[in-house]
Amino acid sequence: MKFLTVDVGSTYTKLTAIDATTREILGTAQAFTTIESDVMQGFERAWQELTEARPDNPCANFGYDQMLVCSSAAGGLKMVALGLVPDLTAKAARTAASNAGAKVVKTYAYEISGSEQQEIFDINPDLVLLCGGTDGGNREVIVANARRLVAIDRPFTTIVAGNKSATDEIRAIFEEAHKDVVITENVMPQFNKLNIEPARDAIRQLFIARIIEAKGLNRLQAMTPHKIIPTPLAVLQACELLSRGTATQQGYGDLLAIDIGGATTDVYSMAAGTPTVDNTMLKGLPEPWAKRTVEGDLGMRYSLTHVFEQLPERGFPQYEEQMKRVGEWVERCSSQPDTLAQPDSEEEKIEEFLGRSAVALAVERHCGRIADVYTPLGLMHTLEGKDLMDIPAVVGIGGVLRNSRHPEEILKGSLYNVMQPESTRPRNPKFYLDSRYIFAAMGLLRMVDEELACELLLRETKKIG
Amino acid sequence: MEKKTVVIGVIGADAHAVGNKIIDLTLCNHGFNVVNLGVMVSQEEFIDAAVETSADAILVSSLYGHGEIDCMGLRQKCDEAGLKNMPLFVGGNLVVGKQNFEDVKERFLSMGFDYVYAPSTPIEETIGDLKKHLGLE
Repeated sequence: MKFLTVDVGSTYTKLTAIDATTREILGTAQAFTTIESDVMQGFERAWQELTEARPDNPCANFGYDQMLVCSSAAGGLKMVALGLVPDLTAKAARTAASNAGAKVVKTYAYEISGSEQQEIFDINPDLVLLCGGTDGGNREVIVANARRLVAIDRPFTTIVAGNKSATDEIRAIFEEAHKDVVITENVMPQFNKLNIEPARDAIRQLFIARIIEAKGLNRLQAMTPHKIIPTPLAVLQACELLSRGTATQQGYGDLLAIDIGGATTDVYSMAAGTPTVDNTMLKGLPEPWAKRTVEGDLGMRYSLTHVFEQLPERGFPQYEEQMKRVGEWVERCSSQPDTLAQPDSEEEKIEEFLGRSAVALAVERHCGRIADVYTPLGLMHTLEGKDLMDIPAVVGIGGVLRNSRHPEEILKGSLYNVMQPESTRPRNPKFYLDSRYIFAAMGLLRMVDEELACELLLRETKKIG
Repeated sequence: MEKKTVVIGVIGADAHAVGNKIIDLTLCNHGFNVVNLGVMVSQEEFIDAAVETSADAILVSSLYGHGEIDCMGLRQKCDEAGLKNMPLFVGGNLVVGKQNFEDVKERFLSMGFDYVYAPSTPIEETIGDLKKHLGLE
């Protein structure tokens, strides 16, 4: 059995050829994505490169039995999420959409205003996730938001995953307005109980049903019986597999994975994140074991200026000179996104510094916070979010880390920092790298051959630093 | 008839968990839908939970003597969050030392609480008031 995986990214279309008999990756190839005209051109070009008739090419005569496809092209799956209270259903909605592989552009709480309606119109999302209220709880806000959503003149589909008592009324509102709606189970049926899987499955179904066509992927879909899934979901599935292992192969256990890209930075954690410090009380919404967050303002090219603006070193006079040079580099990279740093130059050091800073910000937002509370019973702590201080493995995935000569220098941004003792980041992890860019491919392969995908992940993920 | 929802919790930096469990269990046995926030609960958490679950009453406990400081402003924050006329119940060891309970009760009533209970009040008494207030009896 031979498999071909296809990852249609926003810049590159990447192919991976896998042989299940010899249990190895035969080769990989990539070409520019051509989603604007015809996605097949990019695919054909990558295929030609993969199967090029060179004497040393093991894929020269490659033919596949099964093809698996994931995509994040044309902006990926753009979503907005609506909830009621920011720390409760609004956060649950965001978590559900992120875990489904969507790019959550914005999250709204309470009843949205006219200007927020306009904002959603401007974002023009592919899907909207509407939540709010526990089952039997508040219904006024979710109903009001349903009315406001149908008034927005955009072709998005709305997924309703809120108070079940309000669903009939909401369905009627959407049907009356002739707007697409899918109703599923509440993301928070009881107070502080997360139930994100039904919403996540609904998002995945809609990705297949509506997005594939809208993004011009239907010809690719026609070539395979397997459903196209969002790339981040494929990566999440690979992280999960690497962490858990299979019945015959031991996984890494708890892990944190970081994918820093040109425009966004994704962080995945596979861990319960229970407190590592005694006398700690858990606060806030429980977190899913497999959690993904995506930072739309942190990236190494298109969003590099945002990284620069958030550098903690800025504003200290002793760094003024260095910051000026960093600023110049940021400007150059922003105006010319194909700029590359020369090996062993100062630019390379700056690039690593910026990467480390972006990782630090992304991981800080992903991890939990611990706070000291002085009580009559002595010092106690509260933890909100995941405590990842004892996590044993941090895995770097994605193009920026793979192309860097010192990926461990960038990954060090994920470490616990004594200047921010409240942020529960990893204290002493080992660093690993997805050296052949196979996580998305293995996440896809997992759906048909889990043992093989796990074996290849364990073999190809290299320890660094 | 639909169950009435009550949000309960121990306010402030107070970690007394046993009474909280007893209140949870007894309210459940009396047919309430209980949203138990546990111990060390902030005013904001009480309010967020009440908004999201559309609660019918908030029942605040405090055992460690700092209840007066912890409870100040809860009524105002409820008003701000749109929880107008939310019934607020409070009980436990609310203040430091042995003070005249009538004075303590007066202070908590003026802070906007609807029902204030002296130390060692059986929870059944509170539940009786709760049922009366919500028109269940």
